[in-house]
Amino acid sequence: MSGLVVDTQACIGCRKCVRACGGTAGIVVENRKARVTATCTMCGTCVGVCPVGALSIEKDEGAGSQDLSSYRDIWVFAQVDGDVVAPVTFELLGKARELAAQRARCGSPCDVVALLPCGPLASSPVCGDGEGSGAAALVAGGADAVIRCRDELLAAPDARRMASWVCELARSRRPEIVLFGATGFGRELAPMVAAELRTGLTADCTVLAIDETTGMLQQTRPAFGGNLMATIVCPGHRPQMATVRPGVMAAAVPDPTRPGTVEDVALPAGSPVRAAEALEVLRRIPRDDAASITDAERLVVVGRGIGSKKALPLMRRLCELLGAGLGCSRPLVESGWLEYRHQVGQTGVSVSPKLLISVGVSGAIQHLAGIGGAQTVIAINTDPDAPIFGVSQYSVVGDCNEVVRELVSQLEAERD
Amino acid sequence: MMNVMVCVKAVPSTTEVKMDPVTKTIVRDGRQSVINPFDASALEVAVRIKERLGATVGVMSMGIPDTQRILRDCLARGADFGVLLSDRPFAGADTLATSYALMRGIDKVRARWAEQGSGDLSLVVCGKMAVDGDTAQIGPELARQLGFACVTSVCEVLEATEGALRVLREVDGGHEEVRVSLPALITVTKDVCNPRMPSITGVRFGMQGPVDVWGAADVGADPGRIGLTGSPTQVVRSFTPERASGSTPIEGDAHEQARAIVDMIKEMA
Ligand SMILES: Cc1cc2nc3c(=O)[nH]c(=O)nc-3n(C[C@H](O)[C@H](O)[C@H](O)COP(=O)(O)OP(=O)(O)OC[C@H]3O[C@@H](n4cnc5c(N)ncnc54)[C@H](O)[C@@H]3O)c2cc1C
Repeated sequence: MSGLVVDTQACIGCRKCVRACGGTAGIVVENRKARVTATCTMCGTCVGVCPVGALSIEKDEGAGSQDLSSYRDIWVFAQVDGDVVAPVTFELLGKARELAAQRARCGSPCDVVALLPCGPLASSPVCGDGEGSGAAALVAGGADAVIRCRDELLAAPDARRMASWVCELARSRRPEIVLFGATGFGRELAPMVAAELRTGLTADCTVLAIDETTGMLQQTRPAFGGNLMATIVCPGHRPQMATVRPGVMAAAVPDPTRPGTVEDVALPAGSPVRAAEALEVLRRIPRDDAASITDAERLVVVGRGIGSKKALPLMRRLCELLGAGLGCSRPLVESGWLEYRHQVGQTGVSVSPKLLISVGVSGAIQHLAGIGGAQTVIAINTDPDAPIFGVSQYSVVGDCNEVVRELVSQLEAERD
Repeated sequence: MMNVMVCVKAVPSTTEVKMDPVTKTIVRDGRQSVINPFDASALEVAVRIKERLGATVGVMSMGIPDTQRILRDCLARGADFGVLLSDRPFAGADTLATSYALMRGIDKVRARWAEQGSGDLSLVVCGKMAVDGDTAQIGPELARQLGFACVTSVCEVLEATEGALRVLREVDGGHEEVRVSLPALITVTKDVCNPRMPSITGVRFGMQGPVDVWGAADVGADPGRIGLTGSPTQVVRSFTPERASGSTPIEGDAHEQARAIVDMIKEMA
């Protein structure tokens, strides 16, 4: 029987698991030993907090597990945004190359294949051939092969159609791994593909690696709402699928001399991609003001430590003086101080500025998931033990409003 | 009349971060779970459609028996009936196994509607994501399993008719206005509307209204596709990330600290 298992020999009855489990009491300690109760949902939170490793989730392999040996390559879905391939695609290709090298080391060499759905040849330079085309950029960015479909039906970001296309290809060609950018579109597309192929999907991974003994893809993401990371695998189903937020992985330096093949595929007559679409886009409204903070070179990111909404004008003034964008932690969005587009982190945007000044942010794991790409982080916090100091290059222990007020007056003085 | 299903999840109350005194760690002891805030908005969307067009609104959740409390609260806020999928074999489900179980549960509701001659399902409303897991996968996975069209991240319902919805949704780089023919599944952000408080008659209905509890066998679920067994993904390790300690302290009073930061920024430029 599958379930949470306690190694009673190892258990020391410390109750850490009970605390991690919380209100549902899925695990209790009796006679100094942990016991799993009927309300356990097998969420796994307690497994990570056990100091002696006495807890594990055991799983019987379902009958009818797939034959996995025929799956091979690593696919990257290339998202086309207007006339360019979205940057996250190249970040995924950079990671896919590393994964391919790891697979080769454990005796399973494979190719990195980019899937490029785009409009008809004449519709955009991205659909063309040779220099400046999407296919050429993908090869230069790390793809050994590009599978391209130039068809009007795939020109728009329509997740339902796109999912049908990816599924058809995946069923016949059997990729070992498929990676998607966790853009708005990718987060809609990838689960549709996973549901149809009946395979696993891990959202918003911050680390991807191959376990060189099993060859499996290890997918790591923040989990359980607390300050924990979880590593997730997909042992019995293929392809193994993951999404990664833009800005989390690093793209390789493009190499225009890299060899790579480009294969054009057509949509077969009876393809489900051709099914009538229930969805009609009536209007596109581009994001209005200020450029998104995703691409900002300098950022000021504010958290609950600024104390009140009244401190925001001061923070905005600092941004102005530095030519920086303004980001924030989630609680500020939840309480309506700033709009969602300012939110940095796992549930917000990932940023990769040259300079990030973090103001009154504790540095919760979900927040840190969004700032990994920043080059220099200066953090201001009253608490010398705040986790944000674990990732900052410079730590300023002090009251953030005071320090920022000083910063603003000194920068203003310099400007005059 | 339309038939609408809303999928809701119970989440630990502590992930609902509020702006009160600074607490630094997540302690879950003894806290009751609450409805995922995105799902509260999803319910409100469905109830407003019911008020405008006439509809039967069902709420469904997969969870522990205590989740009935949350379904009853949904009844108090305007839902007509609740279904809780609760059974040992459902436990340990990842998003694929969860969306499959919900699909089976919804199919059973549809069969009941068919029997009663009250039409078929036309709309499923889900929250965009759950605040505790944040995968945002259930909506699109469920839509695919139902064979429905799917519109994610809806932030405004502009027009609803029996045959179609016109909505505003968040997309990469802005917003999109789309029309989707029904049946369809939509996922909503919290901006879509503010959930109402229960009325007095609502509270009474919440206590007495119909909430069914169905097990895996009741919904005819394939045992190989639910719970831990039916979940392709598996957590192999959970850990607290290592903390690097390479941070250079900037000492002094606020004035001196600011001076040092300004100098550093000038050097970088
Ligand atoms: C599924 C999920 C997803 C999430 N996604 C995100 C996300 O995308 N982004 C995100 O940010 N969070 C996210 N969170 C929330 C996250 O867990 C934290 O709750 C949040 O980041 C904390 O925000 P904070 O640092 O502003 O607040 P707090 O944790 O309250 O920290 C405030 C900090 O300010 C300091 N401080 C107080 N007063 C002062 C002062 N006068 N001067 C200087 N410092 C001061 C304190 O020492 C403390 O370190 C998510 C949570 C969950 C469960």
